[in-house]
Amino acid sequence: MRSSLSQTSAHQPSSNAPLIDRYKRLATWLLFIFVLIACSIRTEVTPYQLVVGLPQMGSLLQEMFPPDWSYLPTIWGPMLETIQIAIMGTTIGGLLAIPVALLCAYNLTPNRWISIPMRMILNLVRTIPDLLFAAVFVAIFGIGPFAGMLALVFFSFGIIAKLTFEAIEAIDPGPLEAMTAVGANRIQLIIFGVMPQALPYFVSYFLYTFEVNVRAASVLGLVGAGGIGLLLDRALGLFRYDRASIIILLTLAIVLMIDYGSAVIRRKLL
Amino acid sequence: MKLDTDTLQRPISSRIRFWVIAALMIAIYYWAIQGMQFEGLQKTAGSVSKSILTGFLHPDWSFVYIPEGEDLLRGLLDTLVISILGTVVAAVTCIPFAFWASSNMSRQWAVSGSGKVVLSIIRVFPEIIVAILFIKAVGPGSFAGVLALGIHSIGMLAKLYAETIENIDPGPEEALLACGANRLQVLRYAVLPQVIPQFLSYSIYRFEINIRSATTLGLVGAGGIGTPLIFALQVRNWNRVGIILLGIILLIILTDLVSGWLRKRII
Amino acid sequence: MITFENVSKTYPNGTAGLRNVNLTIHEGELVVIVGSSGAGKSTLLRSINRLNDISAGEIKVNGKSVTRATSSELRRIRRDIGMIFQSFNLVKRSTVLRNVLSGRVGYHSTFKTMFGLFPKEDVELSLHALERVNIREKAYIRSDQLSGGQQQRVSIARALAQEARIILADEPVASLDPLTTRQVMDDLKRINQEMNITTIINLHFIDLAREYATRIIGLRAGEVVFDGTPAEATDQVFAEIYGRPILQDELLGVGGVS
Repeated sequence: MRSSLSQTSAHQPSSNAPLIDRYKRLATWLLFIFVLIACSIRTEVTPYQLVVGLPQMGSLLQEMFPPDWSYLPTIWGPMLETIQIAIMGTTIGGLLAIPVALLCAYNLTPNRWISIPMRMILNLVRTIPDLLFAAVFVAIFGIGPFAGMLALVFFSFGIIAKLTFEAIEAIDPGPLEAMTAVGANRIQLIIFGVMPQALPYFVSYFLYTFEVNVRAASVLGLVGAGGIGLLLDRALGLFRYDRASIIILLTLAIVLMIDYGSAVIRRKLL
Repeated sequence: MKLDTDTLQRPISSRIRFWVIAALMIAIYYWAIQGMQFEGLQKTAGSVSKSILTGFLHPDWSFVYIPEGEDLLRGLLDTLVISILGTVVAAVTCIPFAFWASSNMSRQWAVSGSGKVVLSIIRVFPEIIVAILFIKAVGPGSFAGVLALGIHSIGMLAKLYAETIENIDPGPEEALLACGANRLQVLRYAVLPQVIPQFLSYSIYRFEINIRSATTLGLVGAGGIGTPLIFALQVRNWNRVGIILLGIILLIILTDLVSGWLRKRII
Repeated sequence: MITFENVSKTYPNGTAGLRNVNLTIHEGELVVIVGSSGAGKSTLLRSINRLNDISAGEIKVNGKSVTRATSSELRRIRRDIGMIFQSFNLVKRSTVLRNVLSGRVGYHSTFKTMFGLFPKEDVELSLHALERVNIREKAYIRSDQLSGGQQQRVSIARALAQEARIILADEPVASLDPLTTRQVMDDLKRINQEMNITTIINLHFIDLAREYATRIIGLRAGEVVFDGTPAEATDQVFAEIYGRPILQDELLGVGGVS
C-alpha cells in the first residue's frame, strides 16, 4: 500500500489550499467565540446565571398550578375581543394589501418607477414588529382594541401583500395574453386573468396571517392594545399566577383550534 | 329541453352553500366590528397625530449617543446581543430535540411523534409570554430576553432541523456502518456533515426573526431598545420615539443584509 | 475465508431472500454473483457484514461468526470488510480525503474521532489509497464535484484506506456509463490481484462477470443454482440462472473495444 511514495511529492502544491482553508475555518471559529464572549459580557448572561435562574423558573411554574378555573368566565369576553381584533386587523390589512400587491408585481406593473418604490414601502412596513406598532398606536389612540386592530392592519398588510405579489408574479401568463388579445382593459385583465389564478393563494395567505394574528392579538394587550393580554398583564402585576396560567391555557387552546380550522380550509383551497 | 335549464342553473345545493357561507361571513364581521370601539377616537387623534408627525420628522438626534449610557446605540447593541445569544442558545439546545423528533433516527414511531408534539407546544407559546415568565423568574433585563428567545426559538428551529435530518441521504450512514463505525461515529461522519450547513442556514434565518422580536422584548422589561421606547411612548416624547423607530428600522435592514449574505455563502 | 452454512433469510412480509445457501469463498478470489433482480444478490452480499440480518444458519468470516457477534465484535469484523455501493454513498459535501478518512474510524476511539483527529499516518494511508485509484490530485475537492466514476473510485479508496481484507461491491457499476464501468472494474481487479483482497461483486452484466471473475455464483430466487469458473458459465448456464434467454441489456457490449 505504501509502495509509490515518489508520486506523492509531485502533488505537494495542492495541499496548500487546505492549509489556507483550515486557517480560514479557525479564524471563523475564533471570531464566533469572541463575539459570543463579548455578547455575554455585555448582557451579563453567563451559564452560571442560567444554573441559578432555572430553579426559580421551577418555583414560578409551581405557583401557576393549579390554574384558577373560577376565573374562566371573566376572561371569555376579552378572549372574544382578541379574536375580533384579529379578524378586523387581518381583513382590513388584507384588503389594503390587494392594490399594493398588484402594483408590486412586475408582470402587472411593468413600470419600475411604481413597482420598486412600492416594494420598498412594503419592506419598510415589514421591518417593524406588530408589538411596536401596537405600542405606538396605543400612545396615539389610547388603550383599547382599536389600537391593537390598527397594529395588526399594518402587520398583516405587510405579510399578505408580499406573499400575494410573489404569487401573482408566478401565475400563468397565458390567460393574461389571451385577455389582452381580446381587448380587455387593465381592470378587466385583473378581474378575468389574474383573480381566478391568484385568489386561492390570497385566501390561503389571508388565513395564515389570521392564525399569526390571533397569536399576536393575544399578547397585544401587554402594551395596552386590547384583548386578553390586558388581563394577563393585570394578573401578572398582581402576582396571581394561577390566573395567568388559566389565561395562557385558554389562549393556547383557542390558538390551536383556530390553527386547526384554518389549516383544514387552506388544504381544501390549494 | 329540461336538461338544458338544469345545467345552466347552478345546482341548488351549491347555491345554498354559497348563501350559508355569505350569511356566516356577514354575521362574523358584524360581530367583529362590535368589538372595535370607534367612538371617542376623534377627540385626540387629530392633534396627537400631528405632534407625532412633527416628532418623526424631527428625530431627537441627541439621543443617538449619550456618554453616560442609556442611549440609542447602546439600546440597539443590547437588542442585537440579546438576539445573537438567544439564537445561539436555541441553535445548540435544539439539536437533541431535533434528533428526538426526526423519524429516521429512532425505530419507534412514538419517540419521534412525542418529540414533534413537544415542539409544537413550545411553538404556540408567544415569546413575549415566555419573556414575561422569565422576567418573573430571573428578574427584568437582558437575561430574561435571551432565555425567552432561546426557549421560544427551539420550537421552530428543532422542527426545521428535524426535517433536515429526515431528508438526508441514508447512503453514507450505511457506508460508515459497513466500515465498522459505532453509532456516535456514524453520527459524526455521515449525519452531521450532511446537516450542519442547513442547520446554520436555518439558525441565521431564525436570527432575522429574533432580532425583530428582540426589539419588542423591552416593552415588557426584557432588555434592549424596547425599554427606552416604552418610556418615550409613556411620556409622549415623539422626537425620541421617532429616532428609536428609525434606529430599529436601520438595525433590522442591516442585519437582514448581513444574514442574507451569510446564508448565501453557507449553502 | 468466508463460509455460509445453511443460510436462509425470510423478510418480515414473508418473501424468502435466501434459501439454504452453503458457500465457501477463499482468500484472494474475485467472485461475481449474478442473477436477475430480486434473486437475492444484495441480500447475500449484505448479510456478510450483517447490514442485513439472516433468519437461519451461520456466516463466518475468517473463522469468526458474524451471525453471533456482539455489536463490538461485529464492528471489529466490519472494519476488515470494505464495502462499495451502487450509489457510492459518499458524504457529498465533504472533501474526498474526508470521505476516505472516514473509512478509518473503526481503528480509533470514539473520543478521538469525535474531534476529527486522525493521525498523520492515516492521512498518508488515505492519500496512497487515492493514488491507487488515480485520483490523488482530487483529495481536497468536495466530493459532489467529481463525476460518477471518480466518486466510485473514492469509495474504493475508502475501502482500501480501511485496510480491508475483503471487499464487497454491491452493483458498483450500475449507475456508471460503459467506459467508466470498465475503469472501475479494472481498479477492482487490479486491487484484488495486487493486494490479494478477497472481492465479491454483484453484477448484472453477464459479459463483465465472465471477463473479470475468477468464480461465478448464480442465484435464482434465493438459491445458489450455479457455482463455477467463468469458462463453465456458458450462455446456456446464464439462461438457466435467469430462467429465460439472455437479454441484450444484460450485456455491457463494450467488451471487445478495449
